[in-house]
Amino acid sequence: MSLTRRFMLRTAGAALGGALAFASPAAFAQGAGTIKVGILHSLSGTMAISETTLKDVMLMLIEEQNKKGGLLGKKLEPVVVDPASNWPLFAEKARELISKDKVSATFGCWTSVSRKSVLPVFEELNSILFYPVQYEGEESSKNIFYTGAAPNQQAIPAVDYLMENEKVQRWVLAGTDYVYPRTTNKILEAYLKSKGVKPEDIMINYTPFGHSDWQTIVADIKKFGSAGKKTAVVSTINGDANVPFYKELGNAGVKATDIPVVAFSVGEEELAGIDTKPLIGHLAAWNYFQSVDNADNKAFIAKWRAFTKNDKRVTNDPMEAHVIGFNMWVKAVEKAGTTDTDAVLDAMIGVAVPNLTGGYSTMMPNHHITKPVLIGEVQGDGQFNTVWQTSGLVVGDEWSDYLEGSKDLISDWRKPLSCGNFNVKTGKCGGATK
Amino acid sequence: MTFISRPARARAIPLTGPAAKSLIETLSFAAAALFLVMLALFAAPQARAQGDSSVIVGLSSDKFPDTERALNELPASGLATAPDIVEALAANRLYFNGPARKLYFADEAGKMFDAATGEPSDVMASALKKVRINNAVRRSLDAARGALTLMSPDPAKRKAAADSVFKSRDATALPLLDAALAKETLASTRKVLEEARAAIVAGDSGANEVQRLEAIDILKSRGDQDAVSVLTTIASWSEGRVKAAAESASSVIQAKLALWRNVQNVWYGLSLGSVLLLAAIGLAITFGVMGIINMAHGEMVMLGAYTTFAVQEWARTSHPGLLNYSLFIAIPLAFLVTAAVGILIERVVIRFLYGRPLETLLATFGISLILQQAVRTIFGANNREVSAPSFMAGSFDFGSLQIGYGRMWIIVFAIAVFFALQFVLRATSFGLRMRAVTQNRRMASSMGIDTNRIDALAFGLGSGIAGMAGVALSQIDNVSPNLGQSYIIDSFMVVVFGGVGNLWGTLLGALTLGVANKFLEPIAGAVLGKILLLVFIILFIQKRPRGLFALKGRAVEA
Repeated sequence: MSLTRRFMLRTAGAALGGALAFASPAAFAQGAGTIKVGILHSLSGTMAISETTLKDVMLMLIEEQNKKGGLLGKKLEPVVVDPASNWPLFAEKARELISKDKVSATFGCWTSVSRKSVLPVFEELNSILFYPVQYEGEESSKNIFYTGAAPNQQAIPAVDYLMENEKVQRWVLAGTDYVYPRTTNKILEAYLKSKGVKPEDIMINYTPFGHSDWQTIVADIKKFGSAGKKTAVVSTINGDANVPFYKELGNAGVKATDIPVVAFSVGEEELAGIDTKPLIGHLAAWNYFQSVDNADNKAFIAKWRAFTKNDKRVTNDPMEAHVIGFNMWVKAVEKAGTTDTDAVLDAMIGVAVPNLTGGYSTMMPNHHITKPVLIGEVQGDGQFNTVWQTSGLVVGDEWSDYLEGSKDLISDWRKPLSCGNFNVKTGKCGGATK
Repeated sequence: MTFISRPARARAIPLTGPAAKSLIETLSFAAAALFLVMLALFAAPQARAQGDSSVIVGLSSDKFPDTERALNELPASGLATAPDIVEALAANRLYFNGPARKLYFADEAGKMFDAATGEPSDVMASALKKVRINNAVRRSLDAARGALTLMSPDPAKRKAAADSVFKSRDATALPLLDAALAKETLASTRKVLEEARAAIVAGDSGANEVQRLEAIDILKSRGDQDAVSVLTTIASWSEGRVKAAAESASSVIQAKLALWRNVQNVWYGLSLGSVLLLAAIGLAITFGVMGIINMAHGEMVMLGAYTTFAVQEWARTSHPGLLNYSLFIAIPLAFLVTAAVGILIERVVIRFLYGRPLETLLATFGISLILQQAVRTIFGANNREVSAPSFMAGSFDFGSLQIGYGRMWIIVFAIAVFFALQFVLRATSFGLRMRAVTQNRRMASSMGIDTNRIDALAFGLGSGIAGMAGVALSQIDNVSPNLGQSYIIDSFMVVVFGGVGNLWGTLLGALTLGVANKFLEPIAGAVLGKILLLVFIILFIQKRPRGLFALKGRAVEA
């Protein structure tokens, strides 16, 4: 889930949004004896819907770590800033966190465009960012750890599942018109073609941000689906536009048993605003579901509900990514014995911590982590029921094997290679063969 | 006799192959007789006892393929509790005890029964696991439910059953279909049953050609997208005359559907137009008539939607009986709430800025951000769920056009709001004063009209109408703090295109833009369609700067 809708309006709203932003609730002991942790999530504007939760998760994790005695004998101190869903403001706030507040690491961003906006700042000032959201790949920075899913940890297994278990032969790739859906669909299209799907069996459809009138598109999908072959929709539709889309599917009588929709941006939080009864059986692919049945996850949900004082709060995939990222950082700092950026960057690679789905996630040399992939079906209560999962963990693949420009690239931040885009054909660091 | 002979043949075919087709025809009578005897001799008492254990073992193994297989066998097993099991599974009330391989179902009240015998059981649901389902199981479940409810006394259920058999095209349901057909008296249900039967027969490579061609004719007369789907499947693997017939039938239907698609575009366009009209009509007062560039207009719509949510929450917790009618409470309440907020904004901010459009624009934009963040703080950043009342759910068919009740009522509501507003402006004393003030403020003032009060009330009226639009939009869009933003640009577009200051222009502008958008969308795609429309409006405004219906005369200069 990257860039978001209506950002032109937001940009103008930045000044006011910034004025409304919180002052950092630094609840813990201040002074030289603390390690500062930056939290860079929008608390106002369009993305507040998704990002506010992540800020709360970070505060909970930090509080918990402090109860355990902090880190390296010091207390952790959260520094919360509000970039107000405004991409240039993300870069400014990141600079402020690193230069002024001197944070040791930052947890933040949701949209790809916000990550792209802060990336040069983190590289220039040599600081660490943990990015918790599934994204389109095609990037690997020395200073960023990607704890969300790369396309091969979400989109491709989902398509495999539909192909094998639902025998899908015709594909609708529907997305919002911006970088994440376009890149993901490009990868998926290449992948489907490599599996022998004919071009006439693929329909690609893009809609503007916040699209709310889905009647024509749903009718088109219905028509496309009546060619006598099993059809499925792969949806990279972003954020709010999903609700009217699913409502229209329900109204038009498109059931999951006829044309299943598998979504990559719809999680428990998004479903909380919809009556899910007409959506039962539609699918989502993530690396975590709240409904995953194991003791670690139950304990996490209980802690989360106690922390937010709301026994109906849901958990979702990016939250788990922050849990993993935070625990990895803690472990790496302990291993390095310091919060010095270069030492932590080296110590991070190879660190393994338990995830909430019953396994261990490891930080790989490409700064992506290993994760299981889960396919879940929407239930009547707004939760997902896991119907399939990969037998082992999947390593995040930053440079897709299905795109021309990126299939020869690898990333390895271990010395002596230390390169985010090493071309195995030319044997040089520095990108695609032109 | 027909009832027995068909299933006997259908079962025999896979064993003997198509070459033996004619032999089977002659043998079918004998086979039918044999089948009858078998049925009479042991099927009834014994198959039940055997069916029990095998079917239930499949359902209690917690593996999707086993569950699916068990469901496929269930309707034909003759198990007395089969309908209960299927209903319970559909309602997520089917439980199993893994180690003991026992199956239980709960009734609506939560009372447990042994699924094998149908006897009440005192086992606790908490000690058992629920039978899980996925889409494949759900398909089998629909088919089994269809087959088992074909004889239901409720005609609606029979029709739904026939529909699900049509979709599943499960050949084992054929005998049940024939039995249901023999008993069915209702013409409309009969038609669906026959179509379901045709869908099975046409796709049965073992059936004889004449019957298959007849079946294709029945499908052709059904003439909808589902029929095309069945026919193209058949055409893809059949040969000879059947293939040709299926292909021609599907192309005939598709040609007909292509014509209907134009009707569909008009309908979708009207539907989109009605939404635009609702969003814009309040703005037609505040911007069109009063000349205030009100950037907070979208937030009035959003407040109306949140009022709907609040009313529904209230109904859900304290008066569940009213939940279905909560929209009728929400409409006046949303009007009052947003009108009050509107009047407040006018009194506190806007009245100091009359005649200064740039400052008004900035101030109202600021207000819109404040309102958004206020709602975000009070209700949370997440979307809020507003449920659809029963009369707005579902759809009906008009020819080959599927019309959703929700969309239809929104069109009716938009038109009603439009005429109500016309009535207020034309036939009430307030409307008269308001028009007087907008046409010539000083003259109106010297005639004894309190122009300040009229300004506030007019702004309140425009805001209140936006609030009512929010009630309708809560049914189709998500109720979130950002709701209003998606409509503000479109609203201005409609008012400017229609002609500032003219309500009829707003009506025509909204409907024109809606229909144009829906005709462009299938050709150019949603993104390009919208761009083309904006380009068109820019060109149009160049040619006619005052929109479709320009006000003439002195009012223009006022």
